[in-house]
Amino acid sequence: MIEVLKPGPLALVEDAGRPGLAAVGVSPSGAFDRAAFADGARLVGNTAGHAAIEVTLGGLVVRSAAHHRVALTGAVCAATVNGLPVPWGEPVQLRPADVLALGLPTLGLRSYLSVAGGVDVPAVLGSRSTDLLSGIGPARLAAGDFLPIGVVTVPEETPERHEAPSPSTVLDLLPGPRTDWLADPDALAGTWTVSPESNRIGVRLTGPVLTRAAAFEGEELPSEPIVRGAVQLPPSGRPVLFGPDHPTTGGYPVVAVLTEAAGDRLAQCRPGERVRLAWVAPR
Amino acid sequence: MRLLPCGETAVLVETDAVPSVVAVLAGLDAELVPAARTVLVRAASPADLPAVRARVAELLAGPLPPAPVADPAQTVVIGVRYDGEDLAEVAALTGLTAAEVVAAHTGRPWRVAFGGFAPGFAYLDGGDPRLVVPRRADPRTVVPAGAVGLAGSWSGIYPRPSPGGWQLIGRTDAVLWDLGRTPPALLRPGWWVQFEELP
Repeated sequence: MIEVLKPGPLALVEDAGRPGLAAVGVSPSGAFDRAAFADGARLVGNTAGHAAIEVTLGGLVVRSAAHHRVALTGAVCAATVNGLPVPWGEPVQLRPADVLALGLPTLGLRSYLSVAGGVDVPAVLGSRSTDLLSGIGPARLAAGDFLPIGVVTVPEETPERHEAPSPSTVLDLLPGPRTDWLADPDALAGTWTVSPESNRIGVRLTGPVLTRAAAFEGEELPSEPIVRGAVQLPPSGRPVLFGPDHPTTGGYPVVAVLTEAAGDRLAQCRPGERVRLAWVAPR
Repeated sequence: MRLLPCGETAVLVETDAVPSVVAVLAGLDAELVPAARTVLVRAASPADLPAVRARVAELLAGPLPPAPVADPAQTVVIGVRYDGEDLAEVAALTGLTAAEVVAAHTGRPWRVAFGGFAPGFAYLDGGDPRLVVPRRADPRTVVPAGAVGLAGSWSGIYPRPSPGGWQLIGRTDAVLWDLGRTPPALLRPGWWVQFEELP
């Protein structure tokens, strides 16, 4: 059992999500930075089915009610146990009454607290993930929450240390189904600023206004399926990059799709920060 | 028909015959997400995509079967009270009387084309062509759960209170989304809906 003393700006339970339900309108959801989530799971002996805590912009403070093996991955924050610094990206042993506190991330946005055995809240449609779009899954964490932890079934071993994410803020683009709707695909490549109106549903970018190719001016696109990482061009001309809680269909053209790795890096793009989009395949 | 790129794990099939394409691809080891003019085919992982894409191209190269016809075994009957706020507006837009709008809406089964917008929401097509109406110019901030609406050639039922721009013609007590049910969605793509007027 772990007690939440302070949730910080936003702390959510996330696992590998609930893929396969898009046809009935349910987003895949799950950890935004899948690579960091998977590293955390590995460090404590969990699998993708075990849920972790996704911490947005640090600030989480928890008290351990038992002996728990934990690991911190993703956006690096100053972290302490009972006020003493603890390493990032390595297993840490918590004893009963130990208080683990995260500061602000120095780099990136989303950190993962993985606990051996996983956060054992009830699963909904096969996943413990919170989906902010459809309201499925556990509520965001609040002070006073007690989180049950699952039984540890894997023998403890010492895994390799997790390397903190590199400071790359380049997001690689592949062609999308409607790349030809862009007047100038090269205008999408380049530097953008992450808008504060960004969340797990989508990350909005501000910068130059993109225009549609003349052939598609005023054209209505019948709603089509959306994938995670889709780069959509709404009428505002400012791209939206979809995250794990994306709507399953959308009526604006998807002009590019992030690579899987870039879809993870998107989780670490902070509002106000600059990111660079770059085509990595012929279009 | 075209295969459009959609990232490292999916491909998008653009087609005028979504129901036939879904029928042809049904056995594929991939997730199918149908929409109005497209079907997303999502592989389990990027490594699986090349084989999935090749198989899709192969399956779609041959002649497509005709669109499936209404199967009584997959028809959900939904009772509706046709007292929607926009019923008179829909009558005016279509040149029908309110009674004729109801008769047209209940006159033939609608096909569940695809889900989206919200969990449990289903886009229904194949209805009476006289019922084609534009969305409301001024979307409502709250549409109640169970509201039955029309937009373009589509009909749909709001699973929960939400903003919405569809023309509302009635309401139903049917529960479109229930997490206590397996699967939670009442309507699934490829199924049929027969609306019935309740007094």
